[in-house]
Amino acid sequence: MGSPRERALAWLYSRPQARAWALLGPGTFWLLVFFLVPILIMFVYSLMPRGIYGGVEPGFTLEHYRRFFDPLYLDILQRTFVWSVACTVICLLLGYPVAYTIARGGKWKNMLMFLVVLPFWTSFLVRTFAMIFLLRDTGLINNWLLKLGVIQEPITMLYTPFAVMAGLVYGFLPFMILPIYASLEKLDLSLLEAAEVLGAKPAERFRRVTLPLSMPGVVAGCLLVFIPALGSFLTSDLLGGAKQMMIGNLVQNQFSAARNWPFGSAASFIVMALVLVAVMAYLRVKDKTPGEAP
Amino acid sequence: MAVPPSPNSGPVVQLSSVSKTFGDTKAVNDVSFEIQRGEFFSMLGPSGCGKTTTLRLLAGFEQPDEDGGEVRLLGEVVNKKRPYERKIAMVFQSYALFPHLSVQRNVAFGLEQRKTPKSEIGDRVRKAMEMVRLKPDTFARRMPAQLSGGQRQRVALARALVLEPDILLLDEPLGAIDLKLRKEMQLELKSLNKQLGTTFVYVTHDQEEALTMSDRIAVMDNARVAQLGTPAEIYENPRTGFVAKFIGESNFFDGTAARRQGGKWEVERNGGGRFVVPDHPALSDGKSVRIAVRPEWMDVWPPSDVPAGENAVGGTIRDVIYLGETMHVIVTVPGCEDVTVAVRNEGQLIKPLPWKRGDQAAVAWLPEDCQILEEV
Repeated sequence: MGSPRERALAWLYSRPQARAWALLGPGTFWLLVFFLVPILIMFVYSLMPRGIYGGVEPGFTLEHYRRFFDPLYLDILQRTFVWSVACTVICLLLGYPVAYTIARGGKWKNMLMFLVVLPFWTSFLVRTFAMIFLLRDTGLINNWLLKLGVIQEPITMLYTPFAVMAGLVYGFLPFMILPIYASLEKLDLSLLEAAEVLGAKPAERFRRVTLPLSMPGVVAGCLLVFIPALGSFLTSDLLGGAKQMMIGNLVQNQFSAARNWPFGSAASFIVMALVLVAVMAYLRVKDKTPGEAP
Repeated sequence: MAVPPSPNSGPVVQLSSVSKTFGDTKAVNDVSFEIQRGEFFSMLGPSGCGKTTTLRLLAGFEQPDEDGGEVRLLGEVVNKKRPYERKIAMVFQSYALFPHLSVQRNVAFGLEQRKTPKSEIGDRVRKAMEMVRLKPDTFARRMPAQLSGGQRQRVALARALVLEPDILLLDEPLGAIDLKLRKEMQLELKSLNKQLGTTFVYVTHDQEEALTMSDRIAVMDNARVAQLGTPAEIYENPRTGFVAKFIGESNFFDGTAARRQGGKWEVERNGGGRFVVPDHPALSDGKSVRIAVRPEWMDVWPPSDVPAGENAVGGTIRDVIYLGETMHVIVTVPGCEDVTVAVRNEGQLIKPLPWKRGDQAAVAWLPEDCQILEEV
């Protein structure tokens, strides 16, 4: 009965398990081949001696992991961590008010959201290069300040921690705004009215109703900023120069210039483990302090 | 029916010529009324009639137009006051319980905002929950998502009553719960009103609900108060066709006032025949008049048996409808809309009504059961 297509569909409908596999299959396959397998290869590499011309030689060693605990690398790790946390906090402080305003934006809502995602239309690389034109000694900012007579000498901004932080915050801000916007947008306005009629002034109303109910968005935004910030290398490379190395730069170097894949892999796994621990700790703390007891 | 306000108090709510405009739309147009302490006052009307906006003006979510009259609560002009500066409590149509707070914390919210001592809060929350018949031990720790609609309704009510407000505003609070529970809650609300002495201002589109609970009703239509009175006044003496139609059912007859005789008026019906109606200030010689008659005040007779002294129109039976408690006999009358007559059902199996479709019949009623409408 029916065409082959109809028969196949009928067969799928009668078997919920087969249907689930049909839906999950393609995505699972993709992740398996292009994520899980490479990561396993990397893990194996991180435990093998380094080959003379790159690659690995047969054998087993923990040397690469031991090497990471050199003060030189721990310094990079610490800087990466502090910067990622700082970037997340700055994004949160800048992004929340923006998300809040857009969520209350009435008819401008869609237009404003469009503006937030607009930068994604250009590659991140191009946008980061554009920041060089802005920040360098002969760049737009210094030129204006000189012309206006605010400064006599150009301020060095490029290749400083400031430039890296500016680039990171700029790049990740939309990832903070979007989830917070989503949670504020579906906030039931009658809850705010109820709080107000129960005697809550605007600040109290925000602290006790708006903020706790937007926490899922805040948590999602923080994770979406913190994790990629921790692994970023493009921004620190272009805007920070060699002095402002982040862990991402180290890994990239080991895989490219240094041709030391095993050490690069080991560094990656250490960072991955740290991210996992940090995120778990964060979620634990967040669950314990949802603003107030239920 | 009206419960007189306690003698030592003035009105707690006063609206004088209040107007509110949104864009080009007048949502509330020159509305004035006063509500006495302890009254159960309802605003009744179809959606878009301005009742909810009026309530929001009392709550402080909206403010009257610049030259839009005065809102007074407890004697004080509050036009510019924010909701948290007004001594009111409110129950929302959607309940608006805080989903991240337990029942206990929801009910305590207003007390905490008003800086009530901690030692007092626990006791008052318990009392408020008991008042709305929610067992504190069972429900205090539950989250709103774990409650049924009726229970949420009670939490919302407890959250408002715990503040011991002078004025409680209720915005269609029973709209979302099922009929049986709704009837039960109506009686509970009414008894809470009497027991606490709190003034209730209640918004509803359900005329039966308003009649059941209210001391007085403001029927609203098209941003204005169409009529304000006790349930009996509104039902038995509607001033306009809108009120007569919106509250209960009515049959309408149009005619011309012909002559006044012995304290009564004779009216020529537009479709033929004449009625006798009670005297009314709106009547004068030759003036056109619209009369409303409630279905349950009418009776159906064989054309030749109409009792003397009653008004009557003749017609054809169109339908006999079984409603359980009552029977509706629908009669087609030349020159006006079909007339509905409500007859008590005395048992159709034992004592069936003698009418069937197509029978000739007369509909009759007493002159004093004619309601003369001011707006034709």
